[in-house]
Amino acid sequence: MKPVIEIVDLHRIYNTGATPVHAVRGISLRVMPGEFVAIMGASGSGKSTLMNTLGCLDRPTRGIYRIDGTNVAALDSDALAAIRNHKIGFVFQGFNLLSRTTALENVELPMLYAHPPLPGDEMRRRALRSLGQVGLANRADHVPNQLSGGQQQRVAIARALVLGPSLLLADEPTGNLDTRTSIEIMGVFQKLNDAGMTVVMVTHELDVARFARRIIIMRDGRIRRDDVVNPRLTSAEELARVAAEEQAADLVS
Amino acid sequence: MKRLFAIIRVALRALRRNLMRTLLTMLGIIIGVTAVIGMVSIGTGARVQVEQQIAALGQNVVMIMAGNMSRGGMFSGMGGAPTLTLDDAVALRKEVDGVAYMSPEVRGNVQLVAGNLNWNASVMGVSHEYLDLRAWPLAEGDFFTEEDINGAARKVVLGQTTAKKLFEDASPIGATVRVKGIPFTVVGLLSAKGSNMMGQDQDDVALVPHTTAMRRLFGQNFLRSINVSATDASSIENVTTQISELLRQRHRILPGRDDDFMIRSQAEITEFATSTAKTMTGLLGAIAGVSLLVGGIGIMNIMLVSVTERTREIGIRLAVGARKRDIMRQFLTEAVLLSIVGGLIGIGVGMGVSSALAAQFNWPTLTPSYAIVGSFAFSAVIGIFFGYYPARKAAQLDPIEALRYE
Ligand SMILES: Nc1ncnc2c1ncn2[C@@H]1O[C@H](COP(=O)(O)OP(=O)(O)OP(=O)(O)O)[C@@H](O)[C@H]1O
Ligand SMILES: [Mg+2]
Repeated sequence: MKPVIEIVDLHRIYNTGATPVHAVRGISLRVMPGEFVAIMGASGSGKSTLMNTLGCLDRPTRGIYRIDGTNVAALDSDALAAIRNHKIGFVFQGFNLLSRTTALENVELPMLYAHPPLPGDEMRRRALRSLGQVGLANRADHVPNQLSGGQQQRVAIARALVLGPSLLLADEPTGNLDTRTSIEIMGVFQKLNDAGMTVVMVTHELDVARFARRIIIMRDGRIRRDDVVNPRLTSAEELARVAAEEQAADLVS
Repeated sequence: MKRLFAIIRVALRALRRNLMRTLLTMLGIIIGVTAVIGMVSIGTGARVQVEQQIAALGQNVVMIMAGNMSRGGMFSGMGGAPTLTLDDAVALRKEVDGVAYMSPEVRGNVQLVAGNLNWNASVMGVSHEYLDLRAWPLAEGDFFTEEDINGAARKVVLGQTTAKKLFEDASPIGATVRVKGIPFTVVGLLSAKGSNMMGQDQDDVALVPHTTAMRRLFGQNFLRSINVSATDASSIENVTTQISELLRQRHRILPGRDDDFMIRSQAEITEFATSTAKTMTGLLGAIAGVSLLVGGIGIMNIMLVSVTERTREIGIRLAVGARKRDIMRQFLTEAVLLSIVGGLIGIGVGMGVSSALAAQFNWPTLTPSYAIVGSFAFSAVIGIFFGYYPARKAAQLDPIEALRYE
């Protein structure tokens, strides 16, 4: 089987400031189809930088990145745009929703650039289904500043899923969510992963990382550990546990 | 097609989001197009009117005026110099071939009194051929005859305005009018002619035989001008040459010296007037063009601001799969919509303003369809031209840099 993601000795050096920042210092990694990878690491360890590169938003300074066997360095900007559009779903650390634009329209956004073009009612139908997947169907007409942080995060996830990508990249998808909602989102990810979607996510919390199948730990732009998750958490069990805990807390108080 | 609608919808939404700014940006184009449409409409209307007025001078008319502009000052020009005599006119009628009608002309502003009403009108001494010459029909009564001319009869034909001032709504035919205190009988009433190119009311006149005018009213033996009409358009030039030769000979002007008279044919006047109108239209058009250009620069300015403001939005669109050309198309569409909608509003306002002005000042206005199509196309071109640079700037953004933009 061909890896979805294959990077070899990847470097990313930022030259924007006074001194160059070596954010990623030689990472090699393979992610096979159907994997569910969690990337962990301290703040500033280069997780977002790596994700941006994986998402074809940024080009590496050095090293090779192949997505589905295609060397990204050989692709022009239109080909990269097409990959971002239908192959990859990207959830940003800071949501990146269009302000003053409804949740529905935000979710429809990738479909505006789809090839072949989709009819308007089909776009609407798919966007609503995607919002339903993250439990936000009843907030379709709200604009981002009428939504809580967690709800905005879920709109961003719905947008990433709307064109049915084969690779989901999520940078801190649960960073703004409470425990219960985090578990629900992980449930969505696990379901998508069970259906065959490859998922790579960044998280700070070990509790969240343990919903994945594989955990990668980064430090100072390098991979320090790469482990299989065992035992793995499932959202159904965790939800039941949280519900029981809540009930117990209620009984106590 | 479907995609185009989607793009237009997105652009409209973006423009609606900042409605005030959108309107202010369009104002430049609106004013520019309004100016173009208004000026072209008024200019075209004016030209049509001038053409009508020139036609109203009569057919194939040649005017000989006393004095010469290029000789001496203002006063000696335009009929003020005593160089044309009645004998010149008589000789001209007799000796020049191809003359259909001839009328000498003297004039002065004189008080007319009828009953207890009085009015200052331009009294013109003309020949019995004057009305034929100017293709000016009578509304009532008769014109004076050759005998009246020879006998210096005290007969007067009134213009519409003069008649109204002296007789109000009653018929003036047969009544007596005192001109400079001398009683004249009203024999005819002219039909209305309206105002001339200079805006003077041509109906504010009283016509008397030129002999009567020279002897009894003005006591002068020289003419202001001689008007002649050629038998047909092709003989105008020939007639003009003959007149010039005859008058130079009669006035004993040595070869190489300037004429002491001026000959103007109707064709020349038409040419002058239309070329003046064309120059004016061109000039006004240029001014309007400049304001359109300023409007375009306004669009470019706002689009540049908009690109900067919406850098994050552009980043998001790029991140979800928009290609450079999608971004380019979106911003270009916005610019073109701005200018086209502005242009359409401008066309509407321009036509409204010019027809309002026309009604106010009694001008004819015509909005030629080329002006409408032209200004619509021009505003679209302005949108594309001035929208291109900002749109390209937007499309050149790097997705990750754009997303990071605060
Ligand atoms: N555009 C940039 N210009 C310069 N330096 C940058 C830029 N982006 C990131 N860096 C630096 O690169 C390093 C890695 O940043 P990155 O955002 O990848 O960290 P991270 O692991 O995602 O951190 P966090 O967990 O806080 O999100 C940091 O030291 C950061 O300061
Ligand atoms: Mg990060």
